[in-house]
Amino acid sequence: MPKYRDIKKVMVIGSGPIIIGQAAEFDYAGTQACRALKEEGIEVVLVNSNPATIMTDTNIADRVYIEPLQISTLTEIIAKERPDGLLPTLGGQVGLNAGKDLAEQGVLEKYGVKLLGTPLAAIIRAEDRDHFKQTMKQLGEPIPASAIVSTVADALTFAHGTGYPVVVRPAYTMGGTGGGFANNEEELRITAQRGLKASPISQILVEESVAGWKEIEFEVMRDGNDNCITICSMENIDPVGVHTGDSIVVAPAQTLTDQEFQMLRSASLKIIRALGIEGGCNIQFALDTNSFNYVVIEVNPRVSRSSALASKATGYPIAKVATKIAIGLTLDEIQNAVTQKTSACFEPTIDYVVIKVPRWPFDKFALAQRSLGTQMKATGEVMAIDRNLEAAILKAVRSLEIGVHSLHLENIQALSITELKEYISRPNDERLFALAEALRRGISTAEIYRISRIDPFFSQKIKNITDMEKKIAAYAGQEASLLPRNLWLAAKEMGFADETIAYLLQSTETAVRTARKAAGVLPVYKMVDTCAAEFAADTPYFYSTYGCENEAAPTSRQKIVVLGSGPIRIGQGIEFDYCSVHSVWALQEENFETIIINNNPETVSTDFDTADRLYFEPLQVEDVLNILDQEKPEGVIVQFGGQTAINLAEPLHHAGIPIIGTAVEDIDRAEDRDKFDLLLSQLNIPRPSGRSVKSAADALPAARAIGYPVVVRPSYVLGGRAMEIVYSDTELMEYMNSAVKVSPRHPVLVDKYLLGTELEVDAISDGVDVLIPGIMEHIERAGVHSGDSIAVYPPQSLTAEQKALLVEYTTSLARALKVKGIINIQYVLFEDKLYVLEVNPRSSRTVPFLSKVTGIPMIQLATRCALGKKLSEMGYESGLQPDMPFVAVKAPVFSFAKLADLETSLGPEMKSTGEVMGIDSDLPRALYKALLAANLYIPPTGNILATVAEKDKQEAIPILKQFAALGFTLYATNGTAAALAEAGCEVIRVNKIAEGSPHVVDMIRGGKADVVFNTLTKGKTPQRDGFRIRRAAVELNIPCLTSLDTSKAILHVMETLKKGGSVNHITIQEYLGL
Amino acid sequence: MFTRLALENGEIFYGEGFGASGSCEGEVIFNTAMTGYQEILTDPSYCGQILTMTYPLIGNYGINPDDFESRQPFLRGFVVREACSHSNNWRTTESLSAYLQRHNILALAGIDTRALTRIIRQSGTMRGVISTEDTDDRELVQRAGRALSISGQNLLNEVTTPERYTIAAGGPRVVVLDLGLKQSIVKNLSKAGCEVVVVPAMTSAAEILALKPGALLLSNGPGDPKDAKQPLETTKNLIGKLPLFGICLGHQILALALGADTYKLKFGHRGANQPVKDLESTKVQITSQNHGYAIDEKTLVGLDISVTHRNLHDWTVEGIKHNTLPIFSVQYHPEAFPGPSDSAHIFQRFLSLIEA
Repeated sequence: MPKYRDIKKVMVIGSGPIIIGQAAEFDYAGTQACRALKEEGIEVVLVNSNPATIMTDTNIADRVYIEPLQISTLTEIIAKERPDGLLPTLGGQVGLNAGKDLAEQGVLEKYGVKLLGTPLAAIIRAEDRDHFKQTMKQLGEPIPASAIVSTVADALTFAHGTGYPVVVRPAYTMGGTGGGFANNEEELRITAQRGLKASPISQILVEESVAGWKEIEFEVMRDGNDNCITICSMENIDPVGVHTGDSIVVAPAQTLTDQEFQMLRSASLKIIRALGIEGGCNIQFALDTNSFNYVVIEVNPRVSRSSALASKATGYPIAKVATKIAIGLTLDEIQNAVTQKTSACFEPTIDYVVIKVPRWPFDKFALAQRSLGTQMKATGEVMAIDRNLEAAILKAVRSLEIGVHSLHLENIQALSITELKEYISRPNDERLFALAEALRRGISTAEIYRISRIDPFFSQKIKNITDMEKKIAAYAGQEASLLPRNLWLAAKEMGFADETIAYLLQSTETAVRTARKAAGVLPVYKMVDTCAAEFAADTPYFYSTYGCENEAAPTSRQKIVVLGSGPIRIGQGIEFDYCSVHSVWALQEENFETIIINNNPETVSTDFDTADRLYFEPLQVEDVLNILDQEKPEGVIVQFGGQTAINLAEPLHHAGIPIIGTAVEDIDRAEDRDKFDLLLSQLNIPRPSGRSVKSAADALPAARAIGYPVVVRPSYVLGGRAMEIVYSDTELMEYMNSAVKVSPRHPVLVDKYLLGTELEVDAISDGVDVLIPGIMEHIERAGVHSGDSIAVYPPQSLTAEQKALLVEYTTSLARALKVKGIINIQYVLFEDKLYVLEVNPRSSRTVPFLSKVTGIPMIQLATRCALGKKLSEMGYESGLQPDMPFVAVKAPVFSFAKLADLETSLGPEMKSTGEVMGIDSDLPRALYKALLAANLYIPPTGNILATVAEKDKQEAIPILKQFAALGFTLYATNGTAAALAEAGCEVIRVNKIAEGSPHVVDMIRGGKADVVFNTLTKGKTPQRDGFRIRRAAVELNIPCLTSLDTSKAILHVMETLKKGGSVNHITIQEYLGL
Repeated sequence: MFTRLALENGEIFYGEGFGASGSCEGEVIFNTAMTGYQEILTDPSYCGQILTMTYPLIGNYGINPDDFESRQPFLRGFVVREACSHSNNWRTTESLSAYLQRHNILALAGIDTRALTRIIRQSGTMRGVISTEDTDDRELVQRAGRALSISGQNLLNEVTTPERYTIAAGGPRVVVLDLGLKQSIVKNLSKAGCEVVVVPAMTSAAEILALKPGALLLSNGPGDPKDAKQPLETTKNLIGKLPLFGICLGHQILALALGADTYKLKFGHRGANQPVKDLESTKVQITSQNHGYAIDEKTLVGLDISVTHRNLHDWTVEGIKHNTLPIFSVQYHPEAFPGPSDSAHIFQRFLSLIEA
């Protein structure tokens, strides 16, 4: 079947901001889709609210709208663009839901837009629980006993009949939001209520639990001619009960006989045919461990996180092929991009093992519940490939960047046997380490199966690792060179890092590396080729292993290595993948062979056709050096891969590898506190006064001398949470005594907290000229992490003098640090004085945003500067570029609802998982769009529930008063109510929790509050009322304003919009005059 | 146990033995299926061959009593990257290693199977020797060079049933000429309601006709189809007398009987992911395959035969039918086990020939 002739313009819907459950995989999928469409000569209109994506680049889609993904907005864009087709199946659940709504509301019909890919009926059959159940019943495919209910009472009735435990799954949600297990009536009441709220159609599925069964997934594809293939099977090491996004997943399935495998594969084909899906689909099964019994758990009628994983695991480009199917091509008409010879209509077969391990945010969110269940909590994931499972596991663990090189975790080693067993029996983020420790202490794989239902096949692999540890440890204290060769080989084949061998031998990594190389134990690189070497392939996609043949012979071209940024985590998101990819593109334009090293399967950077070569490896010194040893590049670029890559600069430099761009000693001058202070004083640039203290006793005089409030944090990186703002001696002492371990080796930094306007710039420098594309001004005053602040471009309140000063500081800092490439500087403007807060000698998370709104290809320029080119050669001058004639707002997006027990108020530690952009002619409109896109919908009128801390009352009361003037009804707890009444506001008093029901939380849970206005009580003392109020708001998806600045900005938006006028939807190309 | 695989081209792979000890010789080939090693091991078509699995982890679920395709493994040797030491599955009764030892099959683990696969892909299948013996490397290579070629051997006698047997059912009687039959073929016929009479490979046409069958199925099997002289003769004598259906070797013999020729592929098709296009329906099915020979398409010219199926990768002939007689055959394995059962419907087509 040739492609549809009448489809010349297609609209693609992206997935919006990165949140838990919907991460970078959809940028990868969407980018592939746009490219596939363009390849077929189709004009692409893209809508996505996430500026950090590659898909929103003007070279990926012909017409890019960075706009909220609201149906009203999409409808307006459709009316304006009149696309022939709409492709909603590559934008995750957000895209799918939008496509479904547009179809159901008649928008597509009205404008003659064809829904491409999976038909509406198929989406509904897969997504609507009732339809799904009916379809499975007709097919004779087993599903767990379940009931679709819309009330808590009905849920209880169902569970009463089937018995507990049961699972609750809300309809039309992703990442398992609002779902969970319930072991008894009381738990079900809570879970069911939460689930009903989470579902946009207030519908939940209550289901018999098959927890403990094997969880098996298939990625399936079907074309319009009914050809069906499976791309990949996956088996979760964690049995049913843990969300697949939170499970350690292995591909292909390992423990299934062919009969079991084919049974599920046949069921997959039957299901995709019955649903009528045209494109990709993910099907999850639960398989009994003691019979052929299975049940279908879930079908995702779209490209998903698992599809991204399956694509990277096999080399098969699912999103690209799904797109081509959507425009009418059949599988046999599409070429296998990997072999370039064979057809896309085949099933990939692999000759290695792939493992995915989730990356959880508990290093940042130490107080959030670490238990895992049906609600996904991971922010990202890593993938590792090797020829055996043990090595893949160890590579994956090292790719996580959680400070471990093996299956040793200090806090786990300290547990007793009983505690260990307890830890293993309840799924949590550290279970893999607990498993290893239990096996080390002699607990059998059978016992582990009994308490965890983890298949002994998998725990045996972990036991093989711990057994190998013992074999190596037998040589403890001896020279690494004394290890017998066969042990070297066995250990390296099993994936033991040099660092681990050093740890076991009580030696150093360098000594082990030297001894290993002397023994001739060197890695080789094998190709990922979709076909287990049956056909010749030119795919430049490699993984390391220890064996005889190396397939990655270096070319004779000049090459440069770009280090990626590893898994998506809080503080290091998709922005850095954007930067790595753009750097690769720039290097290719400069005629270098590009090599990327990364381990995140969700990204564009790990697509096999992004760089000339892709090494899917941990971003650790050993692995990177091994690749460099064989590739011998001109150098390595570290400034675009976030902190991950920057951290490798020093060890690589030490090993004699040229770092391209800003020199390592200059990077160090920006990162080392003392050197940085010296630099600032030499340049005469002020920074907030601060001191480094080496004991709790030293802290008091230091803080008093500086003056409260002060920001306190450990000088060493501990992965978060330890940065706080303290307002008094008491709070300081509490911090010093409980939050950090201070010592002469680990001093604590005490800095003046300046409550001023925060400003941020990203600048590009060739060492002499310094180009500043733009300045961003934060709406929230300093104190809220820059990643969690709303940033506005161009700045709205700066004077020409202030701008000039900022340019002067930026220029002299970039010059002094001899920056060749990019630099990010954060400032605070306090009482008309400009202070430097932080300098990052690398790309930052604002680069994609700023590149998009200024039209300056920042990474391309920075890459060329790193190569030694001059900005003047590229047609750019030093200094600040003129402001663009519009306003763009970058707003943070949080995933609080997914992380139980997490404090939601903002502070100096970053908490957001993603970002959105609003762009329009003025600030209120741009901000309005950004808030909409961030899903922070504030109705024109309604009820505001206010609980304001004493310190904020003076500032907060006028804001609330203005909200009341807009028509909002004010509810407040005692103190706030009194203050409001005194200010002449009408207010309804609500009980505090301690005053008894009905109280504030009841009011929120009862759905009577439309907006919650809650400011944090001074300092860090956990205020249980406030905490519970904020959590309740988050869980019920009610906007909760905790910052006065944000509230003021929102008020301004609402006042402006009330006056009338509408927002504009125009493309980025038009904004930039392209 | 230190074990080696020597190839006739001089390459030697050093690994660990996990099967029988001693030496074996055979044609070295590879299979890309990721599951189904038990079915593969007991597929008699591997007779005379040393089989390499490209998937690196083999033996994960052990051996169970149900998934055998024949009475014993007929292959000469088995090569894997890693043989699982602790298999686990609810049906497992024996480890892979114990099974191979029990059947005296040499097995080699721990070698770079991808490197071996690439050699075979680039140079074609070649002869090899696996040995646990303490011999000189050079001598092993020489032995590989002297090993019997797969062509010219009489493998059918080794694999075929020694005696006729019947799986009773009420339906039409189908005779299956056992050239190295996989039991799943019988199961598929039985499931479709046939009475299945399995006869030895050397059974004559007259003997078959005496059974008064509704149709004959020529099974899969090992080796060069041109070495199957008696079955070829039998088939020639049955053309026009019975509906005929051939699978794999049976398909090749049928083509020879109809006047076409076969040739040896460079390294064959062996795996569970081979796409086959049905030229009539234009649909593609993923099939299980195991063959080293194929029908030479040029020799079909002028014969009353149509090509019905092709391999989507290399466009080789995967199915033919006679234009007037009830005769058709497929190169792939519709009976699956291992592999997808996407084309199981072909047995229905066979049955419809009988009924017609």
